[in-house]
Amino acid sequence: MNTPNTPAQAAAEHTTPAHGAPLTDRGGPAQPLLLVKDLKKYFPVRGGPLDRQKRFVHAVDGVSFAVPKGQTLGIVGESGCGKSTTARLVARLMEPDAGELIFDGEGVEEYGGLQLKEFRRSLQMVFQDSFASLNPRLTMQEAIAYGPRVHGVPAAQALAQARALLARVGLEPSQFGSRYPHELSGGQRQRVNIARALAFDPRLVILDESVAALDKSVQAQVLNLLQELKAERQLTYLFISHDLHVVHYLADQVMVMYLGQVVESGPVEKIYNGSAHPYTRALLSAVPSMDPAQRTEVSPLAGDPPNPINPPSGCRFRDRCPHAHALCAEKTPALQAVGGDIHHLAACHLNDLTSGHPLAGKELNP
Amino acid sequence: MKTYMELAPSAALTEEPPAAPPSRGYWGVVWQQLRRDPMAIAAGSVLLLIVIAAVFAPLLAPADPYKTSMIKRLLPVGSEGFLLGTDELGRDMISRLMYGGRISLLMGVVPVFAAFGIGTFIGILAGYVGGKVNMVIMRVLDVFYAFPSVLLAVAISGALGPGLSNSLLALTLVFVPQVVRVAESVTTQVRQLDYIEAARMSGASAFSIIRVHVLGNVLGPVFVYATGLLSVSMILASGLSFLGLGVKPPEPEWGLMLNTLRSAIYMNPWVAALPGVLIFLTSIAFNLLADSVRSAMDIRR
Repeated sequence: MNTPNTPAQAAAEHTTPAHGAPLTDRGGPAQPLLLVKDLKKYFPVRGGPLDRQKRFVHAVDGVSFAVPKGQTLGIVGESGCGKSTTARLVARLMEPDAGELIFDGEGVEEYGGLQLKEFRRSLQMVFQDSFASLNPRLTMQEAIAYGPRVHGVPAAQALAQARALLARVGLEPSQFGSRYPHELSGGQRQRVNIARALAFDPRLVILDESVAALDKSVQAQVLNLLQELKAERQLTYLFISHDLHVVHYLADQVMVMYLGQVVESGPVEKIYNGSAHPYTRALLSAVPSMDPAQRTEVSPLAGDPPNPINPPSGCRFRDRCPHAHALCAEKTPALQAVGGDIHHLAACHLNDLTSGHPLAGKELNP
Repeated sequence: MKTYMELAPSAALTEEPPAAPPSRGYWGVVWQQLRRDPMAIAAGSVLLLIVIAAVFAPLLAPADPYKTSMIKRLLPVGSEGFLLGTDELGRDMISRLMYGGRISLLMGVVPVFAAFGIGTFIGILAGYVGGKVNMVIMRVLDVFYAFPSVLLAVAISGALGPGLSNSLLALTLVFVPQVVRVAESVTTQVRQLDYIEAARMSGASAFSIIRVHVLGNVLGPVFVYATGLLSVSMILASGLSFLGLGVKPPEPEWGLMLNTLRSAIYMNPWVAALPGVLIFLTSIAFNLLADSVRSAMDIRR
């Protein structure tokens, strides 16, 4: 379907209330499914009674990215770098302080744009804790059918859909449909969560550490299921993880976050084989090797990430960076194309020959 | 693009699942646990006995609980025609205890249930909305909470005047803040769980989320807490009557009977102790049952 030409046409599209009719492609294949521009979220920190100064945790500080249609964007980073906050902001479970969301060419919650309810239907989320994300008092089929029923699908039809979805994610509906969450294993529960996310025929699924809590063999099964579903339903994934192996396997694009900001992003092979930011290199060298002879002896990064209340000036990574220079404290590096490749962006002075960093452009060992 | 409806074998949707293992459901499991708990069985039977005796008092009582006799005053336990003796006005003790149980149990149960309803509503409201609403509600209730419950009950009863309905009201007011606290804290916990977020993602209204996802998970713990309050309520009610703020004589009520028989404690200690024994038995049975329900409901994971 083409982009609606007139506002009236656009409005007519938005008023399709019937559930089940999946939101159709509007922007065409070149339009990214989701564009995020300059997303910000600061959490106020309460000081003591004598401390009048208002301070903020810069949880997400100016994050921009695009998720191309039918692809998987992996977001990686240390704990507390703002990965999950970004996911919640995108899902609008939290109100962003600033920033724009553009879903398939339409601004979310803008005048003449996509309504929040409509947006939420085309986007679903699977959480990390498979137990906490299922209501302990609902059976599996009730949990899956809840969403469609809220949107007015008759109970019998919603239950039938739920059972079909259970079958699709590999759980025999006659056996699992009427079970409760505590009667299932972690992997089975996560399958149910995936089935619930699919009940809306979403176009974008946010997977927030969805396989992190599963053991390796189950993780592999769930990852394969996710790959199958993606191909089958033309889904687009926003995959958040701290597990670099999993991201390598699943993602097409990778975005590396550090302290609420994007430090590097690009196609997965570029990031894994030719990373341009010292932080990405440190992260990748911290991945345990499959070969016992190649044990990591020295920790590639020392210390903890700095306090997000008062992030360091200039480059936020400078106090842990092996190549830090006085320049890094003065000037904030912008996300720039690495070596002329506009798909591979990194925020580091080392990649910019004109930045004035003495080591810029030189071959470095991390 | 194929939807899942097309992908699924359509036959499987209509035909009944073959031999599904019966899932007992949450309450089924709780019931099963309770039945295996000897303490729950014992406490439950004692309560059942007391409740039956009280509810069917008009049918079961051997004598008129109001009929006095100056000759047959303070007969000991086991006297002929008076199984548990007579009180200071010669009224049959066993009949009075049965009739008294009706009022005592009523005063134990009604305030707790009223407080359960009101308190759960306020608590879920405070917990789910959060923020300033939560702060205002909880700080106002903290004022009530600051008084010891006996003192508060006596003060409210004293202000409203004696009588059954006034003491019911006083007791309800005493329990509401306590129930609100539990409901609020459980709701606050539940609200942060991912399944609430998932429900919000599906575009459900706050009302629907509360009805389906919050209520079911909050009612359980609050209910258990309220069961524990039953004994407190009964004791407080007896206390109010004992102080002359509850039921008025000649109405039989355990606390009131304990008060009037107090003077006979040296002449006929067994008869004088009987209402106290019943108060003790009932409240301990309520407590033990509440404990058993609490542990039976704790079957998560």
